[in-house]
Amino acid sequence: MISASGVAAQITELFLAVALAPLMTGWVNQCRAWLQNKSGPGPLQPYRMLGKLFQKESVIAYGASPLFRITPYILFGGMCLAAAIVPTLATDLPFNTAADAIALVGLFALVRVFISLAAMDIGTAFGTLGARREMMIGFLAEPALLMVLFTASLISQSTSLSITVGKLLQMDLAIYPSLAFAGIAFTMVLLAENARIPIDNPATHLELTMIHEAMILEYSGRHLALIEWAASLKLFVYACIGIALFLPFGIAQGGDSLGLILALPVLVAKLAVGGALLAVIETVSAKMRIFRAPEFLGTAFLLAVLGMLVHFLLES
Amino acid sequence: MIDGPITPLAASLAAVIAWLAIALAGVMFPKNLRLVSHVLFPTGALVALALAAAGWSGLAQNAETLILPLGLPDLPFHLRMDALSAFFLLLLGSVTAGVSVFAAGYLRRGEGTLPGLQCLYYHVFIASMTLVLLADDAYAFMVFWETMALSSYFLVTSDHRKAEIRSAGFLYLLVAHVGAVAILLCFGVLQGGTGDYTFGAMREVQHTAFWGGIAFGLALFGFGAKAGIVPLHVWLPEAHPAAPSPVSALMSAVMLKTAVYGFLRVMFDLLDMQVWWWGVIVLAAGLVTALYGVVFSAVQSDMKRLLAYSSVENIGLVFVAAGLAIMFRAYDMHALAALALTAMLYHALNHAFFKSLLFLATGSVLHATRERALGKLGGLIHRMPWVAWLALVGTLAIAGLPPLNGFVSEWLLLQAFLFTPGLPQNYLNMLVPVAAAAVALTAALAGYVMVKFYGVIFLGQPREEKLAEAHDCGPWERVGLVWLAAGCVLLGVLPVYVIGMIDSVTHTLLGRSLGNAAQGWLYLAPIHADRASYGPFLFLVVIVVVVLLAFLAVRLFYHGRIRRGPAWDCGFPHQTARMQDTAEGFGQPVRQVFEPFFRMRRELPDPFDAVPRYRVSVEDHLWYWLYLPVAWTADKVTSLVTLLQRGRISVYLMYSFCTLLLLLLFVR
Repeated sequence: MISASGVAAQITELFLAVALAPLMTGWVNQCRAWLQNKSGPGPLQPYRMLGKLFQKESVIAYGASPLFRITPYILFGGMCLAAAIVPTLATDLPFNTAADAIALVGLFALVRVFISLAAMDIGTAFGTLGARREMMIGFLAEPALLMVLFTASLISQSTSLSITVGKLLQMDLAIYPSLAFAGIAFTMVLLAENARIPIDNPATHLELTMIHEAMILEYSGRHLALIEWAASLKLFVYACIGIALFLPFGIAQGGDSLGLILALPVLVAKLAVGGALLAVIETVSAKMRIFRAPEFLGTAFLLAVLGMLVHFLLES
Repeated sequence: MIDGPITPLAASLAAVIAWLAIALAGVMFPKNLRLVSHVLFPTGALVALALAAAGWSGLAQNAETLILPLGLPDLPFHLRMDALSAFFLLLLGSVTAGVSVFAAGYLRRGEGTLPGLQCLYYHVFIASMTLVLLADDAYAFMVFWETMALSSYFLVTSDHRKAEIRSAGFLYLLVAHVGAVAILLCFGVLQGGTGDYTFGAMREVQHTAFWGGIAFGLALFGFGAKAGIVPLHVWLPEAHPAAPSPVSALMSAVMLKTAVYGFLRVMFDLLDMQVWWWGVIVLAAGLVTALYGVVFSAVQSDMKRLLAYSSVENIGLVFVAAGLAIMFRAYDMHALAALALTAMLYHALNHAFFKSLLFLATGSVLHATRERALGKLGGLIHRMPWVAWLALVGTLAIAGLPPLNGFVSEWLLLQAFLFTPGLPQNYLNMLVPVAAAAVALTAALAGYVMVKFYGVIFLGQPREEKLAEAHDCGPWERVGLVWLAAGCVLLGVLPVYVIGMIDSVTHTLLGRSLGNAAQGWLYLAPIHADRASYGPFLFLVVIVVVVLLAFLAVRLFYHGRIRRGPAWDCGFPHQTARMQDTAEGFGQPVRQVFEPFFRMRRELPDPFDAVPRYRVSVEDHLWYWLYLPVAWTADKVTSLVTLLQRGRISVYLMYSFCTLLLLLLFVR
């Protein structure tokens, strides 16, 4: 069942994700800078940032427990695992038999719980504030994401992401209303889960509004580097989920090695366009009050459930 | 009497007798703490292990019956052990083993009733639960059921000098008995006029749709009262915090499961019919219970009440799976019914492990700090590392995170929902995604609740001075906690073996089992490997390997230098422990988002107050909408009696006189 080409694709994909994720973040930031009439530091800036942080020593607060120190590694490991689950280049991924779409959502939840616990570990006012807000976003975004994945699973009759993507690739090119609903819901979840603008602002430490940044305030040096890397991996993985579910063309099927080679430029092009779109969304929308966030995510949740219902009404 | 090798049923009975002997030994030396805690309770734990082994071996074999020469003259106690009983005996034995060892280190002098008496109640309690699982006639079932309720009542009220504990115990006893009446009536309907109260006879009775429906309703009400289905859940958040922690653990982990067992026994074994809308009712009741429980647990500020509401949530999920199973079975979709039933039994087993682990951890915290309010704890991971790290396992498990056990059953449940679109009714097909969404929301909220639970108790700065003196738990308690935590990990990582055990239960009840479509023990694949598969062991290995590689790579390419300094906190200089979120603060988003669920009263300070106070109280609407009116009505009705009872001797003499006159009139 496990083929050599599958293992090769799996490993390529994982390393590609780890290597490309900061570039994706840098690209989004660069696009945002351009849209705001700034020249921007260039898309390679996150790599320089990571290099600098890795070299610095870590300052850890007196009251920190070992949980605080292992969390960055768990975050990074969890996001690598997530990157291994989502089919980006090929659908023949051996690790997909070990973890399906539900496990992917569970993995995101695991990472979220760990970072929230680490944020509460030192016992600062901002840390607990960030943890509380992050968990609030999480309990609304997680079911929405699950419902989006369920809609795709209902179409493909499988929760395995590679089989789902394989089925979606074989479908006729047409607009599926359920996927349209799911797509909108997914975009909203992506914005919320990656601390992007209507919910959170990745570029500021404005005390009253921050969520993600509040949780990682106490991190520095290599720990912060790992967390930042994990955050950009998360954005990368989310973008890849979106691509795999809603724009799957170009992903290689089975053990097709030529397809695998062709899939890479297609993926990079799609990510570039997606990143630019994300920058546009972030530029044209304003940050919401934190108590508007439940409405935003509630809408996403409803849209995702509607997607499932529409699937039953119109497509089955 | 027994010629061949010892049968599982005989072994279980031997375990019961051993427990009763331990109970008696406790009564003989009621004040001898050392004997009770260091000899009797560990022996009880060994007996529990033996019982677990008996349950294990009972899973594989055919039903075995035994008639005891006790009970009514024409209805001796019938005992029977089939796969369903065996599975729940395994659950009871394996969890009780951990709890009993923990209790060996937990008992203290001067806390509540004498140690010997606690030993008596405790062992009678577990023995009666064992017998409930083995009972094969209605009379025996009710006798053991009531023994279980009474012994647990005495355990709940073991600290009976406090008024609130007495009233919690009363509420528990009341709901338990209202439920018991419903169960009794249910058996009355099930025997169908034959007058034969053995379960064997009930299986043969053909019911009409009407009486079948009545039996179903009574079973749902009666067992639901014991399990904590909304609106009959009110006793749980009162009784669990009142009881000593090992007892809360047992009640939540095992006693609620006996109710689940009873419901399964009636619905899938005794009652010969299944109607699809029964499944819808159970599903709806389960969903309401799950959401209600999790939303309320998010706003609690007492750690044991929080866990009690979380038990309500988990029982809700168990009943959701039961509802799906009933629905599938009514449509003769046995493979899917097996999937839903497997999810249900798996979740019951998981809940038994992680909930008892967490309740015991709160017990250790309670002993170390004398504090149950979350707002006065904090930072205990430094003082109590054993408890904290083991509780972390339970926290991650109950939050339903892979690769621990809570995730496996949630995964199975969601798979059962995803397979639902095969149902022949279109309305049901559309209802099910909405239900799946509610389950997903519940699971996500459970994560929120558990971050609050763990973060506020174990992380952050200590919120009180006295927490600096908190001590870690002793060796007995550690063994108990490690046992349960290991259970959480193993149940999560090796699901294929667990499902192999559950298969014999589903085979007994449905004639069909889930099996594993994937080859080998690595992957779990219900129905078909292409539909869904999950390999938690690989998942765990990969995540550990990646974490280690990342760690080593950072050390290799860079450095491991660390400097300790004061917390930065955006440069804010004066950090105090009171600036952290309290339990109330952490629950605030849930209070805001789910406002209609709560009966909330808020007192906001005036800007000119010299001593500003902010107060918020969160209560249950149901208490005011349902229980207080019922209590008020009962009060009014009973107060009519005071019309007769005037307390004056002349009036009573007049009653006697009138009675005499009446009697003379009739007897004449």
